[in-house]
Order: sequence, then structure tokens, then C-alpha cells
Amino acid sequence: MARAVSPRRRMIFTVLAWSIAFVIFFPVLWTVLTSFKTEGEAIHLPPKFIFFDWTLENYAVVQERSNYLKFAMNSVFLALGSTFFALVIAIPAAWAMAFAPGKYTKDILMWMLSTKMMPPVGALIPLYLIFRDLGLLDTRGGIIAVLMLLNLPIIIWMLYTYFKEIPGEILEASRMDGASVGKELLYVLAPMAVPGIASTVLLNIILAWNEAFWTLSLTTKDAAPLTQFIASYSSPEGLFWAKLSAASTMAIAPILVLGWFAQKQLVRGLTFGAVK
Amino acid sequence: MNFIAKGVFGALMFSAMASTALAETTLTIATVNNGDMIRMQGLTEDFTSKNPDIKLEWVTLEENVLREKVTTDIATKGGQFDVLTIGTYEVPIWGKKGWLVPLTMVDDPADLLPAIAGGLTVDGKLMAAPFYGESSMVMYRTDLVDATGMKMPDAPTWKDIKEIAAKITDRDKEIYGVCLRGKAGWGENMAFLTATSNSFGARWFDENWKPQFDQPEWKDTLNFYLDLMKESGPPGASSNGFNENLALFNSGKCGMWIDATVAASFVTNPKDSQVADKVGFALAPDNGLGKRGNWLWAWSLAIPAGTQKEEAAQKFIGWATSKAYTELVASKEGWANVPPGTRTSLYANPEYQKVPFAKMTLDSINSADPTKPTVKPVPYVGVQFVAIPEFAGIATTTGQIFSAALAGEKTADEALAEAQDVATREMTKAGYIK
Amino acid sequence: MATQQTRALGRIAVAPSVIALFLWMIVPLSMTIWFSFLRYNLLDPNPACSLLTPGQLLDEANRCFAGTTNYYYFLTDPAFFKAMRNSLMLVGWVIAISVIGGTLLALLLDQAIYGRNIVRLMIIAPFFVMPTVSALVWKNMMMHPVQGFLAWITKSLGLGAIDWFAHYPMTAIVIMVSWQWLPFATLIILTALQSFDEEQKEAAQMDGTPPLSFFWYMILPHLARPITVVILIETIFLLNVFAEIYVSGSGGRAGNLPYLVYQYGLLSNDIGGASAGGIVAVVLANIVAFFLMRMIGKNLEG
Repeated sequence: MARAVSPRRRMIFTVLAWSIAFVIFFPVLWTVLTSFKTEGEAIHLPPKFIFFDWTLENYAVVQERSNYLKFAMNSVFLALGSTFFALVIAIPAAWAMAFAPGKYTKDILMWMLSTKMMPPVGALIPLYLIFRDLGLLDTRGGIIAVLMLLNLPIIIWMLYTYFKEIPGEILEASRMDGASVGKELLYVLAPMAVPGIASTVLLNIILAWNEAFWTLSLTTKDAAPLTQFIASYSSPEGLFWAKLSAASTMAIAPILVLGWFAQKQLVRGLTFGAVK
Repeated sequence: MNFIAKGVFGALMFSAMASTALAETTLTIATVNNGDMIRMQGLTEDFTSKNPDIKLEWVTLEENVLREKVTTDIATKGGQFDVLTIGTYEVPIWGKKGWLVPLTMVDDPADLLPAIAGGLTVDGKLMAAPFYGESSMVMYRTDLVDATGMKMPDAPTWKDIKEIAAKITDRDKEIYGVCLRGKAGWGENMAFLTATSNSFGARWFDENWKPQFDQPEWKDTLNFYLDLMKESGPPGASSNGFNENLALFNSGKCGMWIDATVAASFVTNPKDSQVADKVGFALAPDNGLGKRGNWLWAWSLAIPAGTQKEEAAQKFIGWATSKAYTELVASKEGWANVPPGTRTSLYANPEYQKVPFAKMTLDSINSADPTKPTVKPVPYVGVQFVAIPEFAGIATTTGQIFSAALAGEKTADEALAEAQDVATREMTKAGYIK
Repeated sequence: MATQQTRALGRIAVAPSVIALFLWMIVPLSMTIWFSFLRYNLLDPNPACSLLTPGQLLDEANRCFAGTTNYYYFLTDPAFFKAMRNSLMLVGWVIAISVIGGTLLALLLDQAIYGRNIVRLMIIAPFFVMPTVSALVWKNMMMHPVQGFLAWITKSLGLGAIDWFAHYPMTAIVIMVSWQWLPFATLIILTALQSFDEEQKEAAQMDGTPPLSFFWYMILPHLARPITVVILIETIFLLNVFAEIYVSGSGGRAGNLPYLVYQYGLLSNDIGGASAGGIVAVVLANIVAFFLMRMIGKNLEG
């Protein structure tokens, strides 16, 4: 298996790869580092990398000003809720498209993607009016529905490409054995589809977590997630670099950690079946 | 479908229960994320202990996000907020529409500074209570001005500013004579330029709503601004707004800064500023035409028409804008941190007079008149804005054009011609020009 | 019998998604189309409507029919062509950077290197960062002309500070957005590369196939499908980039179509104009999508 690679070549590639990765990662790293500095040190030139007085003061200030946990809980709730409901209706759809494709299946798939083409801001006032009339403004239920619909096309697409990989003969075989459709789903399809579903779930959680336009426009307090939290730090008066960094770190940390743990799974799913 | 409906319904019920389970009145207050507002959030215990049946929920947002959210909500009658933080731009427009409830429990309304209260009154009724007010003025480094051998007058002319700035500028040491707003935005560079243009005798529209960017007064204004910045401004000025200039000034890189009077408490605060003990203040400059280049703004609290909780909201606004609140802040955080610019009594207070920027702030506010902002007559109110719904959009675009001119991508003449086109187009579209 | 049953079941299974998405599309869309023919300013008084007698007004919100006025003004707005150009530039550049950069980076990561897993973790990180946070970080921490890290680097190199958002707003936006999407492309292409048959690689090495032609004739065709997926997904998301432009305040010169619609709707409060703009943007986006599918769609078959 292992190719003969000269150590020198390996070293050169390693250094190159690490340098590029470091450059790409740097903005995140720099934000996290800055969040532990005082405001004065945050704008100090030349910049201080490690040797500064590490402080948690910014986190304390941010927490005092806004109830981080409330926003974070809403983010979790919205991300999980929208993912759950999307899966509930997407799995049967993707299953049907993959195993019983009709004449228009491809067109339906493309049409679904095209619903993502409307610039959200163009539909803001209509949706705001609808939400007002249905009493959905600033409710988690309303935002969950929006996030679900927003990501549904991508989810169906991902699941569809996954399910298509599952060999049809296995299903035929199970049908011969007289398994009902329900059993077919539960015992045959589900175990084979779990990896695909898992990566779909991950992607949707990330997309829902990071969605900023609708979550910001349709919530005020009860359902407000972290995007709203960050909107109160974006350009206040006075020195704010360190506090902004702390708030940013708090907003991205949960999803970054989740993403890191699950990255292998996620990446496989993102290929949309393009990699066998 | 049914399943989702149930799920959505369930989630709905959940949140509905969460908000109605409380017997007390919960006020939702939309507010902007600046220092004075955030300080108030820390002091609300004083209010809630006196009004145990009222609970306060804050929605703190960055200024532009706040404005968009609040505007969308009030225009569609979404009813998300009980108390709004709005500026002097919105109050006249919304008040006329009947979107705001007249305030009844404001503490000693006669004590409010007339210039400020005037901008918040519609048809003789106070529609919003000022939480803090600001004008603009010159903040300068006494040490740098002294070193040039010149003196900064209390009421300088633009010529004075230009000369002093040129002398202070020392590009090798990264010291720039004057820092001004250049970042595009109707509340950023356009606030500054519009106020400045007033002192050059310019106006946005004539009596028939015809845009005036093609007139010599605007040409003088823009040319002067561009020359001044080219000669004595910092690099990259076209993306500097309030915050950026504050950081520059506090790190000792600006000789002068003409901006909001509220900045005075930041630049004199040793915790934030490296030059805290070397700052002097002067009125915004003029050109001898009878108008100075200063603006007038007040972040104010108002109640949207249609709220179910008007009484509690009235009580809260009464508390937040009262003299007692000012004293509360003073006792906890010192006089320099009380919300400035709203009450005559504050400036009569001997304690507050010790604050170095108190007098200049008052004089600046008093010298602005939103009802007669310009040398020539105009059909609108507003000093650094025009209180019509179309203004924010037009000024955003013209702000971008003038910012590009400052970045050196356009000449002054090109920028003015373009601004004239944009403004004429928008005003025609909206039906002002037939 | 079985197939028919399956067909019917299939329809039932697809129905909820299709109905939900159809409603999601059609209700706001028809309202938007309706508004696009109205004079509808959120903050009336609207003088053009006020000139009418009360009977001609539609309702208390002071709306009135505008015919095609909104479309006329949107389509003749000089900002419209600029926005369209910016939209295409943004999509084009980011896709070019992420596909080419992603392929090169994936080839590098596919080599035997030390600590590949950590390198992967570092590279994927930007994909998880909220666009609003990413914009704030780039604007304030990296590209700020005074306090920014990049300014410090260029100043240390004696080049002076670059004011990115003032002088190169489009470049700045492209850098920011590419930063978020390059990891996505890299990792997909890397996964595809790793699935490439190891034996084929070795065989090619033994044959002494020059690396370049090996890449061109063997690897690139293998990457056609993943690259197609990258282009398709990125196009959908990139056509609607908004937060990065809004937060960094560079909408003036780097504003794309969604930003222009925002400017009409929320800055000028002109809902009629914004609705017309929204409809124009949908039509244009679908045209782009149509040609895109024509060009690369066949890579997705099979």
C-alpha cells in the first residue's frame, strides 16, 4: 500500500500543508486569542500572540450584558427542531424518488433547489405579514418551519443521492420474503441509510445554526438565537475588539466543536453521492 | 403535513405558554447597543423594585439592525415591542402617521432642552422622550495645537480648522491634523456632510423638492471636505465612521476630530483613551453665514400605537428619562457618565458643570435648529437629515458616492453630478417632483 | 401490482415535501408579485398616492396601483447593472478560487504528510463559522486598516496599510466568502481523491506516466462529478450572499442583487420597488441555474 516517499519530499509537503492550513485557520485562532485580551491589548501594535495578560473579563462582560445561555438554547432548539421535522418529511420523499422514480423526479428535484433562488429580503414583508396574521412572530415554531423549508431542498437532495446508492436488489429480496413496506423501511433501508442520514443531519444543523437573515428578522426575544446575540455586538461605541471577539467565540464555538467531532461523517455526506 | 402542523402547533403552544404564564406585565424594549443604553439595563432594578408588577425584557441590537426591525414591525403592526428606541429622524414621520402614543408621564417636560424637544413634538404633543441628546463639536488635542503656536477659538471657522490641521499633520509620525467621517451611510458620512453643508449655505432640496447638488454651495462643501482630508486626513478615511475615528483619536493619531458630543466622555476617559488629559473642545465650525456645521440627534423612547401595555410603558419611559434617573447614574457611575443633552436642569447643576465638556455640549445643542436648519428656506425639518421616508435610501446612495470621491475614485464634480441624478430620480419616482 | 402500489405509495411519500415547498414558494411569491405592482412605502405619506382621491387608494396603508412603475425604475436604475455585475463576479470568482484552490489543496493533502488529521481540522473550520461572525472578524480583526492584522503585516513589510473595504471592496468580499467556501470544496475533492484507486496510482508511477498528464487524463475526469456538485451547491448559496456584504458595510460598491433589493426595501422602505427587484432577481437566478444545468448537468447523471 504505502508508496515509497522520500522523507525530504514528505517534509516539504508537510510544511507546505501546515502553513496553508495555519493561514486558513488563522482568523478563527486570532479571534479566540483576542477574546482573552484586554481592550487595550487587543488593539496593541505590534500584536501580541501568546504573551499577554490572559483575562476572562470579556466573557464576563458579555455574559452580564446578554444572557448567552438563552440565545444558545434557542439556537440548539431551532437547529434540532428544524432538522427533525425536515427529516420526517424528507426521508419518505427521498426514498420514493430513489426507489420509485417517476417521469418527473429529476424535474421535481431541480424545482426544489430553485425555491432557494429568491433573495430572502424580497420576501421579507410578505412573510412578516403572514407571520403576524398567524401569530408566529418571535415563536420557535414559526422559525423552525422557516428553517425547515429553507433547507428541505438540500436535505432531500442529499438523502436522494444517498438512497440511490443502496442496491435495489436488497429491497427486492426483502419484498420476496414478504416484508411489508414499513418493515422494509425499518429493517432493511434504515440501517443502510443511517450514515447518509447522519451526515444530512449534521449539515442541516450547521446551516440552521448559521442562518442569519430570517432568524434575525422574525424573532425578537423569546425565540431569538445566537445570530441576534451577535447583532448586539457588531458596532457599538468605544473600544470593542476584545468583547466582539469574545461574543464571536461564544457564537461559533458550539458548532465548531460539533463540526470537528463529526467532520469525517459530514464531508462524506457533502459529496452528494458524487464519490463512490 | 399533519405531523408538521402538530409539531409546529406544539412548539407554538409551548412558547405561548411560556409568555402568558406570568401574571405581571412584561415590557419588551427595543434598544440600541450604545453605552448609555447598556448602562440603563444594568440599573433597571431601581425601576422594577418600585414596580414589582412590571418585568422588563431587552432586545439590544446594533443601530441599523434595530432600525430595520422596528420599522418593519411598526409599519406592519406586528406588535413585537412595547417601548421603542428611535431617533429624531423617525419621530416626525411616525408621529404624523399616528403610529406613536403621546407621552403622558414624562418628568417635568418643560425642563427638556427646547431644541431637542422641538424635534420630538408632533402637533404640539410630545411623541418621544429624549434619553440622551447629542450635537457635534470639535474635539482637539491641546498639546498638538499648542505646539503649532496657534490657538483654537471657542467658535472656529472652517478656515481656522484647515490651517491648524495642516500645521499639526506629521505623516511620518502618523499624526493627522483632522479626522472626519468618510464611511458611507446616511448616519455616517452623510450626517457629517449634510450638517457641514448647512454651514456652507447649501441645502438638500429647494422649496419645490428639487435636489440641490448641482448648486455652487454643495460644490464648495464637497471640495472643501475633500481638500481638507487630502491635506490633513488619515489614510483610508473613506471607511472611517464614528468608531474608527474614536479609536484613532484615542490612540493619539488625530489632532482634531469633529463628531458627536457624546464622544467627549470616551476621549476624556483615561481607561479608554491615551490622550484623556489633553483634549479641548470647541463649537463646530462655521463660514460666517449664520449656521454652524453641527447636527442634532436624540435617541428617544417612544410607545408604538396599539400596544396592550401602554400604562406600564408610560411608567417606564417616565422613569428612564427622569431627573431621578440622572441622579441614580451619577451616584453609581459619576457625573461624567449620565446621559447628556436632554435637560436644562442638568446643565444648571454645579456638579455637572465640573465635567469638562458640559458647557460645549449644551452650546452645541442650543445652536442647532431642526426646524430652520439651513441658510436658504427648505420644505423639510432635520439638521443632518431630511425627515421624509425616502431620505434614508437616497442618502445611503449619495453617501456611497461621496465616500468613493474621498477614496479618490471620482472627482468632486462627478460625484455631485451623480448624486444629483440619483436624488432627482428617487424624488421623481416617489412623486415629489412632477 | 407491486409496482403500482409502490408508485402510489411513492406519490404519497413525496407529497408532503412537494406541498410544503410549493406553499413556501407560491404564497410569498404571489404576494411579492402583487406588491411589485403597487406603490407601497412602509413609511408613508407617499406623495404620489396622496395625490389620489381617497377612493382610489387601496387601503389605509396608503397603497395604490403603480402599474409597471416599480419595474421600470428598478430595471433602469444604474445600480441594477452594477449589482448584477457584482453578483456574477462574486459567484464566478469564489467558484474559481474554491475549485482551483480546492483541487490544489486537496492534491497536497492527499500526499503523505505528518498530522494530516489536524491539518484537516484547521482547514474545515471556516465552513462552520456563521457568515455574520465571519464578516465581523474579517472586517474588524483582519482587514481593518488600523487595528487589523493584515494592516500590521503589510506595514511591517513596508507596504503601508491597505484599506480593503474602501479601495478593494469586491476583492475583500471575494476573499471573505472564498475563505468560507474553499474548505468545502477542498474537503469534497479530497474525499474524492482518496477514493481514487491506489493501485492505479501506483501503476501509473511504475509506468513512469508524467505526473501532469496523469493528473489531466486520470485524476481530473474522476473529479468531474464532485466538482460539479461543488459548483452547483456554491452557486445556489453564493447568489444569495448577503450577510457578508451587509455587515462589512461594503454594499455601496460591492453590493449584489440581494443587497440592492435590501436597499430598496429596508433602507428606502420602498416595498413595491423591492418586490419588483425580488422578482427580477428570481428570474435572473433561474436563468443562471438553467444554463448551469445545461452546462454541467450531465455530470450528475448516472
